[in-house]
Amino acid sequence: MEIQKDLLYTMEHEWIRLKGNRAVVGVSDFAQKQLGDVVFVELPTEGTELVKENTFGVVESVKTVSDVYAPLSGRVVAVNKDLETQPDLVNSDPYGKGWMIEIEVTDSSPEDGLMNSEKYTELCQQQG
Amino acid sequence: MNKNTSSQANDSSVSVRGLVFNEPLLFEMGSPGRTAHSLPKCDVPEVELEALLPAEEIRDQIENFPELTELDVVRHFTRLSQWNFSIDTNFYPLGSCTMKYNPKINNELAALPGFAHHHPYTPEVLSQGSLQLMFELQEYLKEISGMDHVCLQPAAGAHGELAGMLMIHAYHAAKGTQRKKILLPDSAHGTNPASAALCGYSITQIPSDGRGLIDPKKLEAMMDEDTAAIMLTNPNTLGMFETDILKITEIVHKKGGLVYCDGANLNAVMGETKMGNMGIDVLHFNLHKTFSTPHGGGGPGAGPVGITNQLEPFLPVPVIEHTKGQYRLNTDRPQSIGKMKAFFGNFGILLRAYAYIRSLGPEGIKKVAQMAVLNANYIKASLTNDYHLPYSGPSLHECVFNDKHQLKNKVSTMDIAKMLIDYGFHPPTVYFPLIVKGALMIEPTETESKETIDQFIAAMKEIARRAKEDPESFHDAPSLPVVSRPDETAAARYPRLRWKPA
Repeated sequence: MEIQKDLLYTMEHEWIRLKGNRAVVGVSDFAQKQLGDVVFVELPTEGTELVKENTFGVVESVKTVSDVYAPLSGRVVAVNKDLETQPDLVNSDPYGKGWMIEIEVTDSSPEDGLMNSEKYTELCQQQG
Repeated sequence: MNKNTSSQANDSSVSVRGLVFNEPLLFEMGSPGRTAHSLPKCDVPEVELEALLPAEEIRDQIENFPELTELDVVRHFTRLSQWNFSIDTNFYPLGSCTMKYNPKINNELAALPGFAHHHPYTPEVLSQGSLQLMFELQEYLKEISGMDHVCLQPAAGAHGELAGMLMIHAYHAAKGTQRKKILLPDSAHGTNPASAALCGYSITQIPSDGRGLIDPKKLEAMMDEDTAAIMLTNPNTLGMFETDILKITEIVHKKGGLVYCDGANLNAVMGETKMGNMGIDVLHFNLHKTFSTPHGGGGPGAGPVGITNQLEPFLPVPVIEHTKGQYRLNTDRPQSIGKMKAFFGNFGILLRAYAYIRSLGPEGIKKVAQMAVLNANYIKASLTNDYHLPYSGPSLHECVFNDKHQLKNKVSTMDIAKMLIDYGFHPPTVYFPLIVKGALMIEPTETESKETIDQFIAAMKEIARRAKEDPESFHDAPSLPVVSRPDETAAARYPRLRWKPA
């Protein structure tokens, strides 16, 4: 299982690549393994305002349907449209081509409540 | 076509042996000019179609439309019917779904011409028998549940949930203080949050405690005056009775909230206890589960909803009333949430449930719950050495194992479920409830004999042994059915929704 060092993570297994006031969000390698083969990803439209910890989308796999949660508050500025036709990118490349949305962050301290890779590794070990 | 493979009939399987025919699609059969019947000679003047319809209303010939004889068609559908897996052919321990046997007398009564031909527009005065039957069914459901009122309209469990949640919404609206939140345990059926969301509520999850139950302390911390209701299932989806139910309902009521109980698991407790005595304000019944009406092939279902007096003004219309020896339909109810279903719900299904309740009587109803619990606990006790039991507390009518032991050999819940098909059993519910990783949820129901349950246990034990000794054999299982292991991922990712000529 891969956990990338330069990313932040949530308890719900989303990852966040934070640069200035922009954040790219996806689900972790651990999450995609737990979900199994992803068959459908529902994402918000560009311009949607997100509130931290509220759901922003749905990931459907062969086994289950799960919500994905906004790790920070802000506005959606980009959505990975490739996932509409290739939901399997979430499985094959969760940190790369399987990214989900990009947020323009409005949180004043966006890192609050998020984990670094060491803390996240511990969480995965507990749940694994 | 029967393929002979390693996963063969043995002591633990329902003896599998036979001739199962591959069957092409109707579109792939036939020959031009064949027909199933011949029409008599036309005895009126013939008119060209073009003279009757404008050109744009006339479609082209359908390409490759199958032309078949009556025998072709009869064989085709009869063979397909033999591929079916049903409660009338096999044991079907699909957890939470309560696949009990549906007594044939129910169908016979529903087919009586007086009922079957009764048109829903027949005036009240000529519909007294049907109205009486529905009124009495409501009374029986009230008696069984301890609720003050019952409405039979909803067409399924989730529809009953929606009716209940709409009444809860109307109740708070009438008080002038609409609330925004619904609390739900993380073991809930997925329809619960959906029904609440349809009423405009947001959902907050209550994490289950180590017992698999709702922790009243956690609930107390989460319950506030913005919470319209809690939606719980009792017994819950682990088959466990919420032992703190009285505390739970008290906590919610104290803050002015209501308690919705999903009646999916009523089978386990009916006749033994009543939801009305536990502080439940709204309860739906799955007649197609608990009261033996058919539902394997898509129903139709029936999801009556029971409520307490405080919600009575909001009942769906029409309400069946019985005054001065006459049954009437009252639609003059200004606070009603409105109609939930055309006419009075799925009447044919209500009739079957009525027949079931009348056949069993109070003692029989109680015995149903007792036997359902006994059968599930017999399976649970018999398989605890073979499968991991994530929540080991007392459970009622179903038991939830998982694949923790088998995963060591890379055999998953899905593999176990598929392999079970080769032994002649329908797989249990898998990967639900969501709080159990790799869940295998087994509900035998009360209608199975000890012999059948013993065969199932033997098959499950054998599968556990094979998972250790021959895990490779699972990857292509099942091998005996006509369709063995479809690629579910590809089917979901790239669905082909209609057949086209090659």
